[in-house]
Amino acid sequence: MTKKKKIIATASLAGCFGCHMSFLDIDERILNLIELVEFNKSPINDIKKFTKHCDIGIIEGGCCNDENVHVLKEFRKNCDILISLGECAIMGGLPAMRNGIPLKECLEEAYINGPTVKDVNPQKIIPFDPDIPKILNKVYPCHEIVKIDYFLPGCPPRADLIWNALYALVTGNELLIPYEVFKYD
Amino acid sequence: MSTFVKFIIDGKICLSEEGKQLIEAAKENDIYIPTLCNYPGIPPKGSCRICTVLINNRPATACTTKVTENMDIKTSTPELEDFRKAVIELLFSEGNHFCPSCERSGNCELQALAYKYRIAVSRFPYFFPERTIESWHPKLIKDHNRCILCKRCIRGIKNNEGKTIFAYGRRGQYLEINIDPETSKNISDELAEQAMNICPVGAILVKEKGFITPIGKRKYDYNIIGSEIENQ
Ligand code: SF4
Ligand code: SF4
Ligand code: FES
Repeated sequence: MTKKKKIIATASLAGCFGCHMSFLDIDERILNLIELVEFNKSPINDIKKFTKHCDIGIIEGGCCNDENVHVLKEFRKNCDILISLGECAIMGGLPAMRNGIPLKECLEEAYINGPTVKDVNPQKIIPFDPDIPKILNKVYPCHEIVKIDYFLPGCPPRADLIWNALYALVTGNELLIPYEVFKYD
Repeated sequence: MSTFVKFIIDGKICLSEEGKQLIEAAKENDIYIPTLCNYPGIPPKGSCRICTVLINNRPATACTTKVTENMDIKTSTPELEDFRKAVIELLFSEGNHFCPSCERSGNCELQALAYKYRIAVSRFPYFFPERTIESWHPKLIKDHNRCILCKRCIRGIKNNEGKTIFAYGRRGQYLEINIDPETSKNISDELAEQAMNICPVGAILVKEKGFITPIGKRKYDYNIIGSEIENQ
């Protein structure tokens, strides 16, 4: 009897792709993984749109703009289980270090006053094209926007943590998390 | 001569000197009670509530309790464990704890407790308060984002005239622990180092000493906080 493969989707919102890189750090176990799962929408295979309903959605990064919120809600709609992968998805992470600074000040620093821009933007333009996602007042953890089922901490999460969690979830085996792979940094 | 008393912790018969702080008495009997605001050798404050245990079935903080004959102590029930987790999660929600960029990460008692309890996320919304960093001091940095207001620094660090170099600033939800510019003016490198070490988190840092220990060699990379007491 061949078991139906679980379908996984992944996305990077306000993250640095480090969590995805750490995912690839499972090394040759990726061969075992593709025996167990198939990938749908994900930067790993470059599928841009959901083509079927997925079992597991993995989210890297929190929400810093309206496009992140849109993608996250799409994932909630199209996945049975959602996982927040890494500190940014879980609590905003480094992008959320701007949360204590008023948005106006952040934008002015980035586009007008910062040392690398202050001489090259004489018209003092802050980009506002409608095609550019609108930045939110602060960076939000994913579970403050949609329901998240599981959280895998780390910056990035250790490859062993990602592997153990996915393997347990897909096979129904017991999840073992050794102390040294459960870290916030 | 001090008298010894017999008491029970989690069903185990223990012995210690009468009137000893319960945290210490438990430690002598190889039992770890989690603490944050307590620091060996300085007067307890009872401010963080992490060390809450049941004493004769009533909750009390172990750092402010003195051990007496026949005390019956429970350090771990499902309710106590969840209460402790809630306190840790509250501290993470209430401040700005960006561990990936924190100098104290791997050596931080708050983070180590969160690892012990396998806290992946806080049950409370993240507050992201606006906090400042005092960096004007020649030797120290005081990062208010990470301060958990345990006051270990106020109680434990005095300059050579016996005056405290940390002091309360502001009040209520804006309470801050500041460096006193006067009493801290001429502190030695050793005292600055002591101040950094007495802080359970990364709220007091000695300049140019951050990230000195590589990942893998830090205190809590492989060792669970309290395991040195439990595995004696
Ligand atoms: S003080 Fe501790 S808990 Fe806070 S950011 Fe630093 S390592 Fe993390
Ligand atoms: S600076 Fe450190 S020792 Fe002082 S109150 Fe804050 S957390 Fe406690
Ligand atoms: S250690 Fe006892 S209340 Fe903080």
